[in-house]
Amino acid sequence: MTAELRTVLPPQERVGEPEPRPFAGRQGRSDKVFTRVTFLSGVAVLAIMGAVGFFLTLESTDALGRVGFSFLTTSVWEPDRGEFGIKAVLTFTVLIALVAVAIAFPISMATALFIVEIAPRRVKSWLVSLVDLMAAVPSVVYGLWGAFLMQGQVIGLSRWINTWFGWIPLFSVDGADPGNPLSNATVYTASTFVAGVVVAMMVMPIQCVVMREVFSQVPPGEREGAFALGATRWGMIRVVTLPFGRGGIIGGTMLGLGRALGETIAVYMIISSRFDISFHVLESGSNSVSALIALRYAEASDFGLSALFSAGLSLFLITLVVNFTASWFVARSRSGADSEA
Amino acid sequence: MTEQGVTSVTDQGPTIRIDEPRAGDAPSETTAVDGHVVFDVRDLSVYYGPFRAVRDANLHIRQHEITAFIGPSGCGKTTVLRCFNRMNDFIETARVEGTINYHGVDLYDPQVNSTEVRRRIGMVFQKPNPFPKSIYDNVAYGPRLAGMKKKAELDDVVEKSLRGAALWDEVKDRLKNSGLGLSGGQQQRLCIARAIAVDPEVILMDEPCSALDPIATARIEDLMQEIKSKFTIVIVTHNMQQAARVSDRTAFFTTEVNPESDRRTGVLVEYDLTKKIFSNPGDERTEQYVTGRFG
Ligand SMILES: Nc1ncnc2c1ncn2[C@@H]1O[C@H](COP(=O)(O)OP(=O)(O)OP(=O)(O)O)[C@@H](O)[C@H]1O
Ligand SMILES: [Mg+2]
Repeated sequence: MTAELRTVLPPQERVGEPEPRPFAGRQGRSDKVFTRVTFLSGVAVLAIMGAVGFFLTLESTDALGRVGFSFLTTSVWEPDRGEFGIKAVLTFTVLIALVAVAIAFPISMATALFIVEIAPRRVKSWLVSLVDLMAAVPSVVYGLWGAFLMQGQVIGLSRWINTWFGWIPLFSVDGADPGNPLSNATVYTASTFVAGVVVAMMVMPIQCVVMREVFSQVPPGEREGAFALGATRWGMIRVVTLPFGRGGIIGGTMLGLGRALGETIAVYMIISSRFDISFHVLESGSNSVSALIALRYAEASDFGLSALFSAGLSLFLITLVVNFTASWFVARSRSGADSEA
Repeated sequence: MTEQGVTSVTDQGPTIRIDEPRAGDAPSETTAVDGHVVFDVRDLSVYYGPFRAVRDANLHIRQHEITAFIGPSGCGKTTVLRCFNRMNDFIETARVEGTINYHGVDLYDPQVNSTEVRRRIGMVFQKPNPFPKSIYDNVAYGPRLAGMKKKAELDDVVEKSLRGAALWDEVKDRLKNSGLGLSGGQQQRLCIARAIAVDPEVILMDEPCSALDPIATARIEDLMQEIKSKFTIVIVTHNMQQAARVSDRTAFFTTEVNPESDRRTGVLVEYDLTKKIFSNPGDERTEQYVTGRFG
């Protein structure tokens, strides 16, 4: 009975406390400091982004002023001949990113669902840290791994896809001889596909983290509601988790896309650059804006550098748009009230 | 049948055991004063990890009756209720000892498909939890799961269930609107409609009216009286008047000091006809609780 008795008594320190307590106090001050610090960091982030954009624009004016709109429609990159544009590099960049996202999306989605909905608690925390670790591996390591270890395996896959799905233009390869198993593998090396596979490994953890985060916010009541009607786990996921997490799925995928568009070193190490646009993703040779910059900036003339800045600016703008769209999706994810009937 | 079966959710337990086979689901009330036993709970103990939340509960839930679970907070009413449709399977640490026979079949037998159990034993939760879908899709969800595809049939079930839950007139013109756009009381009735749409044999209700105003509560109580001829209902409530008003039988749980730990374990103190529990209880603790003189 002592437990019940104690709850009836007023807490000790409040006994005989006659004077009114002021509302202002230390709480307010520390809160003010906190508000100010966080506000300043917010402003700093904005300022840095603005400064980067401004700096890039400033440095690009020279080159962009020279070629104008044809910067977007030229494929070659010969700034010293006054002929350069991002049509090819940008196309390849987007292709690599799309291949990466196409591969990473199902993996990250399945992993996130497994972590949130299925894995027992011990496996769960273990998997979470494993995926986080994947995000922490430096991209140069992925590059090395991709160029020297994975490439051999991926080429086998490329050949297989080419053999069976070569009739789809995307998967056809000029100069390949799928009928001959001993044919030269070099037609498949250093391709958009190989780069995409490696970038997928880097994109996957980002997508997975976002999706996991959103899935784990599903109200437990809704989950139980589905189960209580006799839904299987997959049935519950379809009716509750996926609709709830739709914003996170789209947003996370796009964040991954943004990451894939900007990936430099791993792509640089894998591809052999080409400037003739080809949508045959399995075909040897590819390119990317960031790899181009990394490859050329050391020996570039002043004007060549300005041209590279223009390429950088375009990539900056694209990733900015992609990431903002992504966070817009993540932010408006849920409430469910807005879900269509 | 006095031996005690010990079955945990994952164990390879005993094989299916059918105690005296009974004549299907047909109500046999006409022949017996006491309805036919739906849940036969024997020596039920539930653990969360090492903590024993409920111990040694024994009770019979009878068909076409409303059984109320009452008792102070934390005494394990929800815990026991969730054993009846195996919702506790989703709590990793939860473990069940003893047996719960449902029409003679051990619910925790490894050969029992827990999804099927939940299809036949519906549940309504304390907090209304409609899916973020249209009113129509909310109600049609269960029937669709069970394989119903024809639009006409679904329309029919949706209308019947919404009427059954006394919600039809309020929503018939906006079946395509989101279920989340309804008021709390309407949402709860939607959840009841959703539960009865799959034509369950039993409906478990965990404080279904605790978020509702007295008018909505009265509607749900009326509803329970109407549907009890078709279903068997078990309701957890903190509202003593509600238990006295709606139920045929009442189980009173309380907590008692646990010799093995400092946390209190729930026990079933008394289970009897509601009339008896509220007018002439057999246990002092029950009397104290129902008269409002409890701790
Ligand atoms: N998921 C869980 N994990 C661990 N302990 C739990 C869990 N759910 C309930 N418990 C414990 O089991 C005991 C019984 O809880 P339960 O929810 O069944 O009580 P209740 O009678 O429904 O209470 P209330 O009237 O407040 O709803 C409590 O001590 C509670 O802390
Ligand atoms: Mg409860």
